[in-house]
Order: sequence, then C-alpha cells, then structure tokens
Amino acid sequence: MPAVNDNVWAAQGTTPAAIEAALRDLLIERHNESDGYVPARVLNLVCVVERQWSGEIANRLRRVGRYHPSRTIVCAVSDGRSTIDAVASIAADATPSDGEHVLTHELVILDVGEGHLERLASIVDPLVITDLTTVVWAPHGHWSAVEALRELSQCVLLDSVEDPDVAGALRRAQRLLADRYVVDLAWLRSTPWRERIATLFNPPSRRGLLEEITSLRIRNVAESGASALLLCGWLSSRLGWGQGSLHRDGHGRALGSLGAVSVELESAQQDVPGLGGVTLGFRDSSALSLDRSDGGLLATQRDADGAEHSWKLLGASRGEGGILGEGIRQTLLRDPTYAESLDAAAGMLT
Amino acid sequence: MTLADLGPNPLAAGLERLPVAPTNLVIFGATGDLARRKLLPAIYNLAHEGALPGRFNLVGVSRGELSDAEYRDIAAESIRRFSRTPPDESVLDGLLSELRYVSGSFDGSATYEALGAALAEFDATAGDAMARVFYLSTAPEFFAVIVGELSAAGLTVAEDRDVRAIIEKPFGTSLAEARALNEQVLSAFDESQVFRIDHYLGKETVQNMLAFRFANGMFEPLWNRNYIANVQITAAEDIGIESRAGYYDHAGALRDLVSNHMLQLLALLCMEPPVSFTADDVRDEKVKVLHAIRTPREEEISSIALRAQYRAGVSGGEAVPGYLEEDGVAADSHTETYAALRLEVDNWRWAGVPFYLRTGKRLARKITEIAVELRPVPHLAFEQAGSLGVRPNQLVMTIQPNEGVSLSLGAKIPGTRMRIRPVNMEFLYGTAFLSQSPEAYERLILDAMRGDATLFTRNDEVEAQWRICDPIVSAWARGGRLATYAAGSQGPQEAVDLLLDGAQWRAI
Repeated sequence: MPAVNDNVWAAQGTTPAAIEAALRDLLIERHNESDGYVPARVLNLVCVVERQWSGEIANRLRRVGRYHPSRTIVCAVSDGRSTIDAVASIAADATPSDGEHVLTHELVILDVGEGHLERLASIVDPLVITDLTTVVWAPHGHWSAVEALRELSQCVLLDSVEDPDVAGALRRAQRLLADRYVVDLAWLRSTPWRERIATLFNPPSRRGLLEEITSLRIRNVAESGASALLLCGWLSSRLGWGQGSLHRDGHGRALGSLGAVSVELESAQQDVPGLGGVTLGFRDSSALSLDRSDGGLLATQRDADGAEHSWKLLGASRGEGGILGEGIRQTLLRDPTYAESLDAAAGMLT
Repeated sequence: MTLADLGPNPLAAGLERLPVAPTNLVIFGATGDLARRKLLPAIYNLAHEGALPGRFNLVGVSRGELSDAEYRDIAAESIRRFSRTPPDESVLDGLLSELRYVSGSFDGSATYEALGAALAEFDATAGDAMARVFYLSTAPEFFAVIVGELSAAGLTVAEDRDVRAIIEKPFGTSLAEARALNEQVLSAFDESQVFRIDHYLGKETVQNMLAFRFANGMFEPLWNRNYIANVQITAAEDIGIESRAGYYDHAGALRDLVSNHMLQLLALLCMEPPVSFTADDVRDEKVKVLHAIRTPREEEISSIALRAQYRAGVSGGEAVPGYLEEDGVAADSHTETYAALRLEVDNWRWAGVPFYLRTGKRLARKITEIAVELRPVPHLAFEQAGSLGVRPNQLVMTIQPNEGVSLSLGAKIPGTRMRIRPVNMEFLYGTAFLSQSPEAYERLILDAMRGDATLFTRNDEVEAQWRICDPIVSAWARGGRLATYAAGSQGPQEAVDLLLDGAQWRAI
C-alpha cells in the first residue's frame, strides 16, 4: 500500500548510532504532528538484497498490504563499498482525523558492502525494535548475512523454490530450523492444497481411505519442486508412511500402512509458481484429484467403476504478492507440522 | 504407526483453518436486511478465504416470489456491495452457481416440502448425507413456526448427519416468551443443536477478554471486590434509529442491547476461570454470574435503572431530530433510546461492587467499552497541591472502535516538585497484529457449521438474562419517569443518580 506521507532522513558515511538517533527524532516529529499517529509494533524485518535488484524487492514488499512489517531494514549490498549510507523514513497510510489512529511503519535502507555482511549483527542490532520478533529474509542468497544475524533473529523467511538445487534448499531449511523458526514460502504455496486434502478426508466415513492410498501424483511447475516435495513430505509424515525415496526423474515410492505407495512428481503448465494438481489413488483403483482452476480447486472423484464426479472447493488465489504477505504473517505463528514434513521431504532425496 | 494411533483426521493437525463437514446452509429470511448486509457477505468471505466446507450449498427461503436466478442476482449484488473483501468473480460464481431459492410462507408445509426436495437433491449429488444448518434470520415471531415446520417435515432428524439451527436475536422479548420459545425450539432440537447468535460474542475483542483475563497472571489477584471499586460497561452509538423504527420502537434500548450483549460482556468479565474452553465449560461459568445477579425488586427499580429518550440536538455538527420526530415513531412513544442500570453480582468475588451499564442512541460518539476502576490507594504520601487530579487506576477494554486496552496510571509531572497526573498506557490491536479480524458473522457461521457453541448463548443464559431485565421492562411498560437528553450529548443528567460513592460516568 503506498504511503500518503513520509518523514525522511538521509546521511552518507553514517553509523548505526546516528541512524537510531534519527529514527527516534523522526518518531517524535511524527508524534508532534499528531498524536493520532501510532507506530506499528509487530515485527522487524531485516532484508538483505543485491543493491541492483533492491527495487524489485521493494515492489514485492509494497504489495504485502496489511502484512507490512513494523520496521523494515533493507541492507542493499554492493561490491567494494566500505562505508554505510542510510535513508530512514516513517510512513503513514493516511492522515489521522479527530479521535482516529493511523499506523506508521519505519523503513531504513542501508547501502552496505560485502565486507559488512559478516558483522551485520553489530550494524542492525541498534536498529531493530527491542522485544519484537526479528525476521531475516535474504532473497538473493546472502546466507552469510543470515548466519551473521543468527543470534539477533528469531525467524528466517525463505523461498525454497528460488534455489534450483531443491535438495540443498531443503537441507538448508533443516539446518536453519535447528536454532530459529523457518517460514518457507514454498511450504505456504502448498497450504490451500493441504487444507483441501484434509477437508476431503474429514468425514469419518472417508477417513479409512487414508490407509488405502497406493499412489500419489503431484503436478507442479518445474521451478516449484520444493513445494511438491513438501506436500509429499506432509502426507508422508501425517500418515506415518515409512521413509520414501525419489529419483531425479520424479518417480519414487514410500511405504504406506498397506504397502508401497508410488510417488510421482510431474510437470504442469501454468502461469504461476506452485502446484497444479494432486491425485491420490486407492487400493480399489478409485482416485481423488484436486486441480487448480478459476475460483478454487476442482475436486474430481473417480470411482472404481470409472464413474467421475467433480465439484469446486472455493477459494481465491492469493497471488505471489499475497504469498509474501502470508509469509510475513506466518513468522508470528508456529506450524508444528512443517519440521516433520521438511524432514520427510528431505529424506526422500537422500 | 497406524492411522488409529494418529487420532481423528491426522491431516488436520497444524492447519489454521480446520476442516468443516460438507454442509447445506439454509437461510430463512433470505431477502431480508440481515441476510443481504451481513450473512451473504460473510458466507462469500468464507468462500474467498477457502474456509467453507469441501462441499457447500446455499439455499434461501423467503416469502417473495423469486426464481433461483433472480435470487442469485440479489445475492451477488448484496455481496458486491457489502463484502469486506472485493469479490473475486470466479469465487462468487462458484458460490452462487448452485444456489437455490425456495419461495413460500414460513407456516406452509409446501415450503418445507420444496426445501426438503432441494436438500435431498444436494445430498444425491454429493452421494452423502450432508450436514444441515438452518439460519433463522426472520422476524422473531416466525422462529417457533419455522422450527415446528422443520420438525414436522422431518428435516431436523439428525441420525445420519449433523443438523443445527442458528437463531438470531431477539430470543423472546420477555422471560415468559424466552421460556416458551426455548420449549418450542427444544421440542424439535437438542440444546446441542441450537446456536442462539449474539454477534457481539463473535467480535475479536470480546473474545480477547477471555485471553486477557486468563492468559495474564497479573490481573487475577486484582480481579475481585478487594481491589475493584466499580465497573462501567458502555455501548454508545452516535446514530439514531435510522430505518429501524418498526423494530426499535417496540424493543427499546434495554431489550436491544442490555438484555443480551451487555449482560454477556458482564458475564465474561466476572466469570470464574473455566475448567476448559469448551462450549459448556465456558457457558457454565457465565450462567453462574448471571444467576448471581439478583432479580430487581419493583420498589428498587427507580433507583437502579434509568430510561431516557433523545430529543432534537446536534450530532456531528448537524441538527438532528428528536426520537419522537423520527420517521415511523409514534408521536407519543415512551420507548427508551437510553438505558442505564446499576447491578450487583452477589457472589464471593464481586459482592458490593457496583456494575454500571449504559447504552443509548444519538450519544456524543460511538464507543463500546468496559472500564474497570480500581480502588484508590489508601494513603497519598505526596503533596496534592499542583497535581492534576490523582485518580484511581482505570483499566479500559475498548471493544469498538480503536480496539484495545488502556491502563491509566499516576505519573510524576517532570520538574522539581512531586506533582502527579494520570497518564495512559495503551495497547491498540491494530499496532500489534498483522491479521485482519474476521467479521463476527464469519466466525460465528463457521463455528456453527463446526458445531462449536462456545460463542453462542445457551438456553439457561437467555432465561437468566431475561430474569434480570424482565422486572425493569415491566415497570417501564407501566409508566414512570422517562428522562430526556439532547441528541449528541453525554446522555441524561439523571444518570448520575445511579452512581454510588462519588463515582462518575466516564466521558463517552
């Protein structure tokens, strides 16, 4: 959401202490304008990006709407820089009218060099709001910065589909989970699918079918292998399947309660990242599919005799802007099934 | 490990949105104001969020002669106009494509035959006995009729499916009516199938009262007669009756807000910690509070209750008419647009603490809040000269607008002298959470489809609420003082007479 008014401070060759003092002055200045301005105090987001691509990240952050972090600290990294330039601003979405409150958000953009990354904690620490959750996001792969901020942050936001090495991406998420919470946008892309699959098997009369799954086919765009694997890992861990394996060609198997479950990941053609469809096959040769369609997911039940019935499970697509917003929201929640699903997914690739 | 070891639906663990059984939702009064402004938009938003059951069908029932297509147009227009989320046309089409409309009188068996046929058709398509939720959003005089006809048509049979009824307020207009209605409803449904809606309970900030009280150890030691001097619960509106004269002139402020919403707020504030947050454990504790409020005696009503009516005044900078000049209001109406009560909760925790409740139309501004005033410190060691009003601490929970909690504290004014003035420590919901609160109706419809009755009013609660209000309603019906107040003001001057021990009403 575009800000309607900003208070801005900028300096070259500055220090974290000067930036922190400027932020305090900006807050006082904003409060003196009107006590209807109230600073949001939900979370800090530290975003480490390549300077030349920082505009694209700024655009993505603008589209998160109400899920805007309270204080965003963007560390824009460029080669050879040895000093810190900074721009700090406090933005409000509206001007408060009498008796109303308007939230303000703070944005600090730091121009830093590669050499700053190993000591990034000492630069960022004075700038985060104490006692709020601090989230680190390094969309351009500055993992050394994520490591440097290990003690400062409680959560890492990442997107495993952006790494062409799916196995490596999942292993990295496992490592990060050892000391911080991880929100993986690849996992969140599978949320509507997990919710709808859970819904389809919620009636007690259908629950027994979960033990009779003999095949799992997931259709996904080529870049979204991580989402597909995490969905597979979720089913495997929730249903207590034995450790499965998956070959490079996308074929594999897991051990279900009644025997082998064949697993297949296949390519889907679609305009957006993420999953395109899921089909579960059962022992009696019936099958249940979910496929992406306008206005929700299309469920198709194929009975053992070949008869088919379809119906729509309604839901609006969040879009890619929505996924990042959802990711920021999820940093304040805890999904107890992610770690188990991640382990199961990563285990299939070893 | 087998699935049996994993417990019920292992796939639901960790999901924010729990699965809901396949459901057919039937709205009686489908063309009414509530359905168009609140229910249909709420159902759309649930669809938009992907929160509706995997199989879901909507049926509207009303007296107007409309085809399915005509009702679909009405529903689509209502959703486009009133939905909090701009509609996604694909989702809207999906929601309304199978929508059915049953036209007929609520007391005609043909209506229920047609409804039964529509529901049976949906079951056949699903190959399943889908759950049924009947939402009664009609005028209250039809509640018993509809329930009786549903039962006679065999639509309440819950042997192979869940069948539930959501019943809008008001649930009766007196204790006798509430009892009679409960009897009729419970002859067709089990209490566990009945969901008496009070949309206030679906508001996030109301639910947060439970979190506030029972998730924070610091308040419990103070939460009793030893530390709390009084409690004020205010539900003020700056608007008049708008187009609701027909309803409001019969109901009045006491029936409209005090007999349900405000007593529910009081119960949540005063209840003991429940054993668990299941529906009956929470409601058991709330009803104990209501039972602890003594039935007002006739001779004391004039000293514990005040009614008033607004006269012409200025609201929002504009001259506005008095209640008696409003369209649809009888020129000699004695209906109260303002009600204030002083109640006591006669139990170990609260004995002697006055609870002041007030509600009104056309007051200075819109606010719903609960203000808990603590007892003053026993001795003020500071010199008071130059202090700007050393006041007892107040904890204020604001339900709307600016949802949040504030605590007033005495603080030293900077300078060389020890001078004190009150300052506020404020928590505002909007500053601390990213998520947008769902509309109360979204939450409540979903809860009813899931069978979770925690946020709905049980029969004994309804009757206990009427037991408190009935004597006041009756006394006012017989006549007596009807104060007046200027529109846009703080309310009638006479309201101060209800306050004990030098207490003051908070500014609205």
